[in-house]
Amino acid sequence: MTDGRIELHVTRYRPDKDTEPGRQEYEVPLREDWTVLDGLNYLKDEVDTTLAFRWSCRMGICGSCGMNVNGEPKLTCATFLSDYAPGPIRVEPLANFPVVRDLVVDLTDFMEKLPTVKPWIIREDDVTEIDGEYLQTPEELDAYKQFSMCINCMLCYAACPVYGLDPDFVGPAAIALAERYDLDSRDHGARERLDVLIEHEGVYGCTFVGECTRVCPKHVDPAGAIQRYKLKAAQQSVKAFLLPALPKGLRQRMDQ
Amino acid sequence: MSEGALGPHDVLMIGGGAAGLRATIAIAETNPDLDVAVVSKVYPMRSHTVSAEGGAAGVMGEGDTLVEHVYDTISGSDWLADQDAVELFVEEAPRELLQLEHWGCPWSREPDGRVAMRAFGGMKRKRTWYASDKTGFHMLHALFQTSLKYRAVQRYDEWFVTRLLVDEGRVHGVVAVELATGRIRSITAKAVVLATGGCGQVFPFTTNANINTGDGMSLAYRAGAPLKDMEFVQYHPTGLPFTGILITEAARAEGGWLLNKDGDRFLQDYDLGTPTPTPELRSMELGPRDRISQAIFHEIARGRSVESPYGDVVHLDLRHLGEKLIEERLPFVRELCLKYERIDPVRELIPVRPVIHYMMGGVSTDIDGATPVAGLYAAGETACVSINGANRLGSNSLPECLVFGARAGRAAAEYAASAPGPPSVIAAQADDEIRRLERDVMGHTTREVDGLSAIRTEMQVTMEEAAGIYRDAQDMTDGIEVLHKLQEKVATVGVRDTSLVFNTELMATLELANMLDVAECILAAALRRQESRGAHQRTDHPSRDDERWLIHQLVRRGADGTPMVDEEVPVTITGLPPGERVYGR
Repeated sequence: MTDGRIELHVTRYRPDKDTEPGRQEYEVPLREDWTVLDGLNYLKDEVDTTLAFRWSCRMGICGSCGMNVNGEPKLTCATFLSDYAPGPIRVEPLANFPVVRDLVVDLTDFMEKLPTVKPWIIREDDVTEIDGEYLQTPEELDAYKQFSMCINCMLCYAACPVYGLDPDFVGPAAIALAERYDLDSRDHGARERLDVLIEHEGVYGCTFVGECTRVCPKHVDPAGAIQRYKLKAAQQSVKAFLLPALPKGLRQRMDQ
Repeated sequence: MSEGALGPHDVLMIGGGAAGLRATIAIAETNPDLDVAVVSKVYPMRSHTVSAEGGAAGVMGEGDTLVEHVYDTISGSDWLADQDAVELFVEEAPRELLQLEHWGCPWSREPDGRVAMRAFGGMKRKRTWYASDKTGFHMLHALFQTSLKYRAVQRYDEWFVTRLLVDEGRVHGVVAVELATGRIRSITAKAVVLATGGCGQVFPFTTNANINTGDGMSLAYRAGAPLKDMEFVQYHPTGLPFTGILITEAARAEGGWLLNKDGDRFLQDYDLGTPTPTPELRSMELGPRDRISQAIFHEIARGRSVESPYGDVVHLDLRHLGEKLIEERLPFVRELCLKYERIDPVRELIPVRPVIHYMMGGVSTDIDGATPVAGLYAAGETACVSINGANRLGSNSLPECLVFGARAGRAAAEYAASAPGPPSVIAAQADDEIRRLERDVMGHTTREVDGLSAIRTEMQVTMEEAAGIYRDAQDMTDGIEVLHKLQEKVATVGVRDTSLVFNTELMATLELANMLDVAECILAAALRRQESRGAHQRTDHPSRDDERWLIHQLVRRGADGTPMVDEEVPVTITGLPPGERVYGR
């Protein structure tokens, strides 16, 4: 295998030069320990310096190098050429995003949606002096740990058919992060987040396709998070109907 | 150009990793009326902090004391750290880590809910806070997500800074390229904080990400600010062959062993202690990184290593820890080994070799992150306070980003509140820089396909040969000559890509120029320091010389563009006179 080569069919698009995206066919060495990203870097260094793509950590944690590989959203630094032998391998920008250039997509939409779900600790008490940690047992940590593993790589958005049709949908990663904070024993912001996600394009956009969870490279399970939110939203509307006049403190206790 | 100028901001943060974001939040909290903006060449959550694995040190465990953390850090630094800075760092680290806890960092916990602490190399107490083995990832995302709470914070995501605008010793902003559009703009600000991380890409084999190209160091250097301690570059003992991916020191802290080809725990042959079945603090596999990397070097020289397709390796053995502990404490290590080495550390030995990991040197600052250029601050790996001296201890860098990020942020905020706006000459300076980029860099097209990568590879190979674990005058002198030629080459290398949109070739060209600056400074400082200390080991000057070299060297850019080591600053000693570094006995 060390001496073979494999074809990469790569999407090229420079908006200031090209009228529409095209495909360029390249050949790279097929080495057993080379990832698709290694192949792209070989092209960039040796064959075509104009090829544009994002990458950084090359160890599956920074979330920069997501692309569609043979139609499937992948971290290219964690996807091996040899898994696609004898090829060819189609390398395309992540689906469902506007393309900036070549394999680089525009993440502005996600970056604007992320703050709307308030992904930070919200407290009822106003702590100004820190004199110790908030206690949190390993069990309480486990309750949200999985949802804290999201690297914002956008593979779930590229896989989500709903986001593809309705760009207003908040989307899997942002909802998983909302759930990450809701489930954190140190946080009191669940109701505020629910108010955001109860909106039409919040959780209701999702039709439970489950593609987000399937493609997630970090096993975050955004689909599970969305499902839990839908349940909470349903409970919330029942409670709002039955108990409209209860004081806030009592309502919150009932939410626990 | 002036009509296209952006800003003015009060404070401009360059870099969105742990130090930059901590500084940003400190500014937003100190003075919410200040206008602060973060410029980063990547989206902040892509910053290299994300790759830190093992943990962050801060005294909070039972029986631990600030004095002991100070001693460990100073002896770990081979007595080159400034002791007043270390004392302050150690005192402020626990509060910063608690602050991160309050911001949601998912620290691993004891059964009773308290934050758990693990052992780490060169530390004689369990004082390293950790979030499994993805500590940096969790810290970065907690900081980034918390920063979103402050709506006043503006961001220039994927903008690359090419120059600091400085007039009469005072900084007034930057010139930067927006990657998405290729537009080049000046962004004016009263204060600028450099938080751009390290420079591992100067070497061929590194744990560092592609983005770690020493940008902040080069920006400061070109703006007249001195760099300090540049000769001290850390090799981490355990990188995966080929990729250089880091296998955290926590693997040894949890009980992992380093073995040679005969299966012997060879560190016992290098004055690092005697093997015990369970880890002993400040001993054997829990020695400091410089000493362990040197031991591996000698083990290879003695022919007691194992051959691999990517050079000689030794083995890291975690098998005796068992699947349960590995899954709980080191799941990322297992994931990385399975993915990139196709081995399972639960059952198999991990091949490892020393790998460039961390830059002890950087932009010279005081304990508030201030540089000699008024309004210019630096924090994190790009800065040198110095708390790390000749060798940083594992798990001191993350809290360093927090402590000195926060301090630099507060100091910059205070400065900005009363600093003057930019003088008119700044606009002309920005125009010059924009012209340079448009005409000399972008306007210079080339037909050569591999010009850029060839220069980069030659620089990296040169640095490994000249500034590796062991160094000598001849190799360094040769290396300096090669770098000089590469500097000339890079000035005319040209950019084939003529598109303005997301031109990564342009960015790589500018990054390479930055790296060459840093590489030259490393060799200039290393050649001049005629002793062996910490990570700077000279075969032609094998002993430590406190009489002559208990000093920091400052490097500045000379009139001819080459680095000059033109100042020596004595190491600040408060209570610990230089002594022997004792590990395992």
